[in-house]
Amino acid sequence: MLALRLGAYTLTSALGTGLSAHRDALCHMRGGIVKKHWETVADEFCVAEVASLDDVVLRPDLRHYDCRNNRLAQLGLEQDDFINSVRQAMARYGASRVGVFLGSSTSGILSSEVAYRYRDPQSGALPAGHRYRETHNAYSVADFVRSWFGLTGPACVVSTACSSSAKVFGTAQRMMACGLIDAAIVGGVDSLCLTTLYGFSSLQLVSSQPCRPFDGARDGISVGEGAAFILLERGDQPQAGDIVLSGVGESSDAYHMSSPHPQGLGARAAMEQAVQQAGIALTDIDYINLHGTATPSNDAAEDAAVTSLFGTQLACSSTKGHTGHTLGAAGGIEAVICALALEHGFMPGGVGSQSRDANLHCNYLLHTVVRPLRHVLSNSFGFGGSNCSLVFSRVDA
Amino acid sequence: MSTASIFLEGISLLGPGLNGWEASRAILRGEQLFEPTALQVAAPAALPATERRRAGLAVKLSMATGLAAVEHAQADAATLPSIFSSTGGDCENCHSILEVLASPERMISPTRFHNSVHNAPAGYWSIATQCTAASTSLCVYDATFTGGLLESLSQALASAAPCLLVSFDTAYPEPLYALRPIPYPMGVGMVISPVQTPQSKAVLRLALSQDPAMQLADVSLEALRLNNPTGRSLPLLRQLALGQNGRVVLDYLSDCQLAVEVEHV
Repeated sequence: MLALRLGAYTLTSALGTGLSAHRDALCHMRGGIVKKHWETVADEFCVAEVASLDDVVLRPDLRHYDCRNNRLAQLGLEQDDFINSVRQAMARYGASRVGVFLGSSTSGILSSEVAYRYRDPQSGALPAGHRYRETHNAYSVADFVRSWFGLTGPACVVSTACSSSAKVFGTAQRMMACGLIDAAIVGGVDSLCLTTLYGFSSLQLVSSQPCRPFDGARDGISVGEGAAFILLERGDQPQAGDIVLSGVGESSDAYHMSSPHPQGLGARAAMEQAVQQAGIALTDIDYINLHGTATPSNDAAEDAAVTSLFGTQLACSSTKGHTGHTLGAAGGIEAVICALALEHGFMPGGVGSQSRDANLHCNYLLHTVVRPLRHVLSNSFGFGGSNCSLVFSRVDA
Repeated sequence: MSTASIFLEGISLLGPGLNGWEASRAILRGEQLFEPTALQVAAPAALPATERRRAGLAVKLSMATGLAAVEHAQADAATLPSIFSSTGGDCENCHSILEVLASPERMISPTRFHNSVHNAPAGYWSIATQCTAASTSLCVYDATFTGGLLESLSQALASAAPCLLVSFDTAYPEPLYALRPIPYPMGVGMVISPVQTPQSKAVLRLALSQDPAMQLADVSLEALRLNNPTGRSLPLLRQLALGQNGRVVLDYLSDCQLAVEVEHV
């Protein structure tokens, strides 16, 4: 399969806006999870919130898309000169040859959550001016980004829970392989909402303190929000130093709606396929950015999958302790973290975890390690048993 | 504009007054009156008992649509990568969650929550069919079918293996119904293959196009095309039902439609 060049990339999360804030936080092991009363939630929750989203004003011609999720999308697009990179790609390939494939689990559902509080007491109708199509519908964020650039190529939102924005890399890769497009904006945007805060609480999967992936005392996730955008282009003539998407692996657990397969069979299959598609050996992988949500069962299943395939020496860590679990945006955010790791030569130490669970056996990094990397793997697994693993590689001189 | 070809191995159709592909062909051909009567879908036996009891319309419809397409193709569901495309997923479940979140209690049920993910029907499908292959769930607002067909095309060609498309749409209850009226649920399933097989019914040559989307002469079928995103498939279904070769243009996105050349084999 064709390796695709990451022509440009950016990310925004509780760690800050843009690449340099993230590189700094990752290298210095700074987390963005805080305990607070979010929105109208009575109890305090540990959340990883993007600062000042309430102050973001959408571009006037797109203001009918106004909601927390699209504000986050716009804030994300505006970092690291990403907009300019897309415009250059449009000039190179044409507006109809650039796709938009984004992942989100809840898009702008918060707008409907709020609207349901203000139903007309007589008729039950939602408040006038509520925009379902441009805010709540899952596709709204891809529609917003496609409209932002005036693109006329294919577009979709992949919504497979927490693997969503990893799987969009596969969509873009396949569309390019069959010649429908030459480039694509991929990534993910997911924003805080009540559905996920109360939902994960109902499953008793929310930690009372900032999450602690792979720690023996881990007791659940910290919900976060974030946006990641990557411009993927055909990598026909990769240059030294380029970061490329070299492999995608996808599978289904076919086991349970909200629990992973205990031995991580689906996760293992996804990792194996991704490495195989990259055309490298398992031993060529230098680092794994784990899904590592910090629920007891997720981390145990992932540990079983990783160690059964790679043994116990391969360096790995989860960055959920930094960014929180950004759900449908996690795959995209962690793809950009992998690109940063390859570009600058470091493996981020996990934040929040004091010591590795004695029952887990992978080589979980508790401190950041600086060293050049060639191939890294990123894992994203979601409800419904949806698994996706990606291999990113740095092209040698 | 580049063209990509796939082979149609099996097809299914469930909708108002459209009770299966074979039963609907005469309606699509215009030989029998289209009467949009309510669709009855049973929960499939393939689902585990607890899930079968709890399954809402979205899960029942998507599963019945998928199973019928797989049967028509004489394929093995356990081996097929799948694409589940829907504008709202399980809309009834979403409405229930929104109601509870707007109430003083706010405590939503764990089952409601895990069923709220857009890929819940795909998750149930994989459990029921024991299929561990890749599965992608997507949303393209009004282009449920067309977006799903493009994803299926690229999945089949890039992996050089057949795959299953399940396109399905149901409605929200009020008050969201007023903003997203979908009067009738509808599901269309297709098994497609990158190469011709003894099961191949037609070759479909797909290309993105600037041509306007095709409309249907029959007023009630045209209404269904417009008011259910999966209904955007109807010009293609009609061409297939006619058994004639020809070209249709399906509604996709603004400034981007999908042209399909149908050649029966």
